[in-house]
Amino acid sequence: MRHALTEEQTWLGDAVAGALARQDTLRAARAALDGAAPPSLWATAIEAGWPGLLSGEEVDGAALGALEAMLVVEGCGRVLADARLLGHLPATALLEMAGDRALRADLASGRCRAALVDGMADGRRPPAVVARRDEGGLRLRGRVEWVLDAPGAGVLVVCGEDEDGVPMAALLRAESPGVGVEARDAYDATRSLASVVLDDAPAEWLALEPARVATARHLQRALLGAESLGAAGACLDRACDHARERVAFGRAIGSYQAIKHKLVEMLRRIENARSLVFFAGWAWRSRPEEFALAANAVLVGAGDALDLASRESIFVHGGLGATWEHDCSLYYRRAELSRRLAGGADGAADAVAEELLRGA
Amino acid sequence: MDLEDSPEHAAYRAGVRAWLAANASAAPPRTVLSPPDEDGVRRHRAWQARLADAGYAGVTWPVEHGGAGRGPAQRVVVDQELEAHGLAGVFDFIGVEMVGPTLMAHATAAQCARHLRPLLRADEVWCQLFSEPGAGSDLAAVRTRAQAQPDGGWRVDGQKVWTTHAQHATFGIMLARTDPDVPKHRGLTMFVVPMDAPGVTVRPLRQIGGEAEFNEVFLDGVRLDPGSTVGAPADGWAVALTMLGFERLTVGSGLHATRLERLVAAVAAGEASRTDPLVRSRLGRIATELLALRHFNLRLLTEVAGGGVPGPEAGLAKITTVLASFAAAQLAVDVGGPQALLDAEWGHQVSALPGLRSAGGTEEILRNVIGERVLGLPPEPRI
Repeated sequence: MRHALTEEQTWLGDAVAGALARQDTLRAARAALDGAAPPSLWATAIEAGWPGLLSGEEVDGAALGALEAMLVVEGCGRVLADARLLGHLPATALLEMAGDRALRADLASGRCRAALVDGMADGRRPPAVVARRDEGGLRLRGRVEWVLDAPGAGVLVVCGEDEDGVPMAALLRAESPGVGVEARDAYDATRSLASVVLDDAPAEWLALEPARVATARHLQRALLGAESLGAAGACLDRACDHARERVAFGRAIGSYQAIKHKLVEMLRRIENARSLVFFAGWAWRSRPEEFALAANAVLVGAGDALDLASRESIFVHGGLGATWEHDCSLYYRRAELSRRLAGGADGAADAVAEELLRGA
Repeated sequence: MDLEDSPEHAAYRAGVRAWLAANASAAPPRTVLSPPDEDGVRRHRAWQARLADAGYAGVTWPVEHGGAGRGPAQRVVVDQELEAHGLAGVFDFIGVEMVGPTLMAHATAAQCARHLRPLLRADEVWCQLFSEPGAGSDLAAVRTRAQAQPDGGWRVDGQKVWTTHAQHATFGIMLARTDPDVPKHRGLTMFVVPMDAPGVTVRPLRQIGGEAEFNEVFLDGVRLDPGSTVGAPADGWAVALTMLGFERLTVGSGLHATRLERLVAAVAAGEASRTDPLVRSRLGRIATELLALRHFNLRLLTEVAGGGVPGPEAGLAKITTVLASFAAAQLAVDVGGPQALLDAEWGHQVSALPGLRSAGGTEEILRNVIGERVLGLPPEPRI
């Protein structure tokens, strides 16, 4: 039994930090709020081989698993880099099961970028995308809001239901007729989000067992959670640095329990979230039937960790932390938006409950 | 990430399973936070002896002291199998996990030869005479006095509290002040106290749930023989730290945590609760914490199995154990209604968990230690 990272996995995490160190991603995040276009990190992602992390070796992918993908986005989250992997990687994971080889190769190399359009029902909402078959093939209708990384994506992997209420996945080109991708301004300007409108859009059915369609949703939630874990760790580091240096009443403020215990609570939630990332990484490879539970738990745990860490790090920094110039504000924006994406922390909590109650 | 056994461990696990299949009928059921009655104590002690004879208590203890001489990984396997089968582990966990290893580290060969084997079989149960009414988190403030006597023995006067198993114990390991004139950490000595010595009085301390898991122990003019110290006089604090280090390995190991499967069953029992969005939201968040705890502990076990010693961050598991278990018990009782407060499972946990928060290091002290030693924050002022 070994519940720890391998050497290669540790190196991967270090390599991510190295690749991103050449970009001033925090500065770019602030500039983006003032209207500057955020610099694309897709070239960095291609150079590092991230687009093909989950793709098979026969299309020159790295054939790695969810754990490695989570480690990469955790590293991105630490510095608020958004390399558009949250949309791309879950889409590639589905296409690995049912996509054609040429497209998979283009996605693995990064020549083409994909996004996941999750229009599936969940415990709380009906499906947002419904597919029907006619003489011309498969057609999709529906509208999905706040789709991660959809602007500029070459292909969209859409999940929804067929007319009989059975989960299905389909592939379409962004430029196809009936497909509208409307980019949206967001509270965290590093994000790329869109409303996707499908008006009888012709699509190509992906031959997947219905039960496997939701894998993409769960993986996206695990990735969003892992990214949040990285951001939370950065908030904790900053807050600890400040608490060691800032002096009040003749003592470093980190010596006061009111501050110290807060910081330990951040650490506790972060380490819990990391443990859940390990759980999800293990389940992906060794216990696929538990991946949905684990992935949603990652988003709940890491979402709560970032929620707390981003807020409390502002408070530890005092008024300074609440200013436009301070990095704390950028992490806070990331946290506030992230917890409302991909079904949200509440949606993930409901999914955890659903997974547990279904078997009981 | 590999939660499967190596071939060697799988073979060992198969051996444990086979043994359990043949012996489980003698095992008391595993309970969370609820002390057995007198009859139950007899069964638990007999079960510990049977485990010890088979090499499944004191798995990592050296063979010369009656242990099985195995590695930490095998110990983990035994714990996992006992838990998975719903069977109790050792009764005298204080003795096996804390006192025994401390004696091995600090006691004389003669003391080890006298005490370790009966301890491991629960022929003699041990208790820990550390906390006092005026010394809890600040343990080095103990005031129980041990004065050297002309015959080389000692005379002890004082009071101890929160003493688990004192009513069953043959011996206690006691931290006492032997020199009141030096700074507090330097004037302490560790002793072995026969609990049947004249002047030792044990009084049960009933808790919220009505049961008495703890005791008060009064020591009035208790005479100890020469050679009763563990380690040298005035080295008591070092011995205490060894023992607290072993205690930290046992807290938070998931032993006290609510089992997620039980919580899910409680929620699933009612059609209204399993579809109630508020209940589902709470269940999802509490389950997330309990799952995180399970996998955090597997990370710690990986370190232990590799021969390492978990650092102070292991204390995070104890904090999560208490917080998540309490939230779980609250949810189960909310779903079950007032009647559930009277039931043996959830009602009992509601009563027992507030005390657990202070056991084995209060949450506040743990947060201080973790903040200072893991996050590198400046220390509290200490006297």
